[in-house]
Amino acid sequence: MAPTYFNEMYQNGQVRPPYRHLEDWTAAMPAELRSLKQAEAEALFRRIGITFAVYGEGGDPDRLIPFDMFPRVFTASEWARLERGIKQRARALNAFLVDVYGRGEIVRAGRIPARLVYQNEAYERAVAGIVPPRGVYSHIVGIDLVRTGPDDFFVLEDNCRTPSGVSYMLENREIMMRMFPALFRESRIQPVDRYPEILRRTLASVAPTKCDSDPTVVILTPGHFNSAYYEHSFLADLMGVDLVEGQDLFVEGEFVWMRTTEGPKKVDVIYRRIDDAFIDPLCFRPDSMLGVPGLMDVYRSGGVSICSAPGAGVADDKAVYTFVPEMIRFYLGETPILQNVPTWQCSKPDELTYVLENLSELVVKEVHGSGGYGMLVGPKSTKEQIAAFAERVKADPGNYIAQPTLALSTVPTFVDQGIAPRHVDLRPYCLVGERVELVPGGLTRVALKDGSLVVNSSQGGGVKDTWVLAE
Amino acid sequence: MLSRTADNLYWITRYMERAETMARLLDVGARMSLLPSTGEGYHSEWESLLQASGTAEGFARKYGDPVQRNIESYFFFDRDNPSSIASCIGRARENARIVRGALTTQVWDALNGAFQEMRALERRPRSELDLSVLTDWTMRHSAQLRGAIDGTQLRKDGWDFLNLGYFLERADNTARLLDVKYYVLLPGVEFVGSGLDNYQWTTLLRAMSAHRAFHWAYGGEVTARKIADFLILNAASPRSLRTSIEATTVHLDRLARGYGRTTAAQSKARAVLAELAETRVSDIFDEGLHEFLTRFIREVATLGALVHDVYLSGDQR
Repeated sequence: MAPTYFNEMYQNGQVRPPYRHLEDWTAAMPAELRSLKQAEAEALFRRIGITFAVYGEGGDPDRLIPFDMFPRVFTASEWARLERGIKQRARALNAFLVDVYGRGEIVRAGRIPARLVYQNEAYERAVAGIVPPRGVYSHIVGIDLVRTGPDDFFVLEDNCRTPSGVSYMLENREIMMRMFPALFRESRIQPVDRYPEILRRTLASVAPTKCDSDPTVVILTPGHFNSAYYEHSFLADLMGVDLVEGQDLFVEGEFVWMRTTEGPKKVDVIYRRIDDAFIDPLCFRPDSMLGVPGLMDVYRSGGVSICSAPGAGVADDKAVYTFVPEMIRFYLGETPILQNVPTWQCSKPDELTYVLENLSELVVKEVHGSGGYGMLVGPKSTKEQIAAFAERVKADPGNYIAQPTLALSTVPTFVDQGIAPRHVDLRPYCLVGERVELVPGGLTRVALKDGSLVVNSSQGGGVKDTWVLAE
Repeated sequence: MLSRTADNLYWITRYMERAETMARLLDVGARMSLLPSTGEGYHSEWESLLQASGTAEGFARKYGDPVQRNIESYFFFDRDNPSSIASCIGRARENARIVRGALTTQVWDALNGAFQEMRALERRPRSELDLSVLTDWTMRHSAQLRGAIDGTQLRKDGWDFLNLGYFLERADNTARLLDVKYYVLLPGVEFVGSGLDNYQWTTLLRAMSAHRAFHWAYGGEVTARKIADFLILNAASPRSLRTSIEATTVHLDRLARGYGRTTAAQSKARAVLAELAETRVSDIFDEGLHEFLTRFIREVATLGALVHDVYLSGDQR
């Protein structure tokens, strides 16, 4: 049976209210005008130099990710619910991090297995006992969501380290406003351009205890060969902070300094866009050339804040993901607003039985696998493949989890033949500091190939502007 | 400002000035090759240009004999030649990409536009591209960048580093071009004052876009002394050593004032300028033009190293 997909614009032949203006807009746009506009958008992207891969997919740094001009739209009330759910999740994830690097109450209470936390590769022993300023480990939480129905949103994964792509959210909007000002006059679309300002305020709000003046914030980048370098430089520019590489920083006395043309300048908050393993060769990987020797000592003694804090990765691990609803109940005493994708743990006998009986409809993954290896996509596999995989699961059930194949919603998209529905996902960026804030918008990725559910830009994915309407 | 940012800004303009010099060299070569050959024992003009620009070895390894078409490719397109126009523009643009936030949109557009057009040129068949098209193209983009910098960059320290790159590179390049003519191009002492000699001087002036300016300033016959005066000592000549060093001191003084700190680079620049201001053209020829230029090129290198030490390295505590 072919699954039915939720079309975000059309339901039962009717246009859903948030997309009302867009119907007239497309009707008034002949094919020639459309290709002109598409070329114009591409030229704008190239001119500003926004050519990078999202989510560290690598590839040519001058490659352009296809931009689809048809926006994705949420109503104010749809967004209000998403916003509550996202903020709730971001708060719980941070509470979890402070807990597992502290007393570990959630483990003692038996709500999450100790093995999953303390033997996790992403658990950073070096920061055990540290409570970062305001108790925040993850300051920018990127939560990947998919929609399957009018009110059905599922969290695919949490990104607590350094989620990328926010520059697309900002630039997509900038380009849409330049090309279609009339659309913005007709619809009341909430702005996203305060993001850099809020990010800066968030970062400044977690300045270390030893900082007694207006904190100096910097962004730490691996360098201009990194695929997300454009984003690092774009954010630094919009926030009005310096973009530094490891070689620009050094440790002396109790502080971190940057090399400037006027001599050394003290740095208080580092928004790092490099992985834990690389930030301090004295503490983590000794062969790293990207980091700053001695940085972790200064961090431990409260001389500098690092965002996200080292060790934050343990909260966005695939196996830990399953327990996020539990974290929400445990730390916040609330009911989770956003659902996890239902996950069957093959380690539990009754769930294993269900998985084995329904393999042809499920996606089965290795707990610690990544990049699509060691994985079975039931609906796209042959009987033989399924039978062979079943044997592997039976041999080592604890190593596998299973999830249903999700029916990602679609949004109309410009394609060669005109306009057609294509599958989308969503990544909003939640900021956590003194306050928990979310700008109304995010990055919508779209699978441009007909029927494809893969939105990754390395596999034919593109991006769309994401609108949240005002009341 | 971050020292590394200052360093990137400084190299953007050094590379662009160098690209322009390469285009000027190509012009010199093309014009000189229109002269009838002077016979045995005389390297072709192209060979001389390769030696002058310090690229003879790399070229010989890759192409062998200096054939004009290959030299054009090597000077313009070849990424294996670190001084080629394509290499210079590529690196200038890469430096700009790194410090995109320190540049205005117009400046970025000028550099990125040149880079994108360069990629388009690389895709076109070489037979469609005359040398003059390529050199004009280079000059135009170089001028566009300079205009964008002058017209739109804030007059802060970043602007000074951009200008330091321009003027230090220009001082070096003018000295080298002059030395090429005097030391490398002319086949022997017996040619001094010959028709070939004069023709080469005129060509050099043309390549420096200074042919008319020279005649306004000096009139009459083109002689080595007049040209040396024009390109070394004349404070009105836009590419002269004097003008380049004077501008360098202006920008170093501005930085010292802005940062409230005097530097060794500033003192050095002032000393070089003072010497140029007091030198007469007869002093230069008494010392020997080649000897004078060699010494000057070394002085400029020292000055560049001092700028690096005090501002760009970040080691100043």
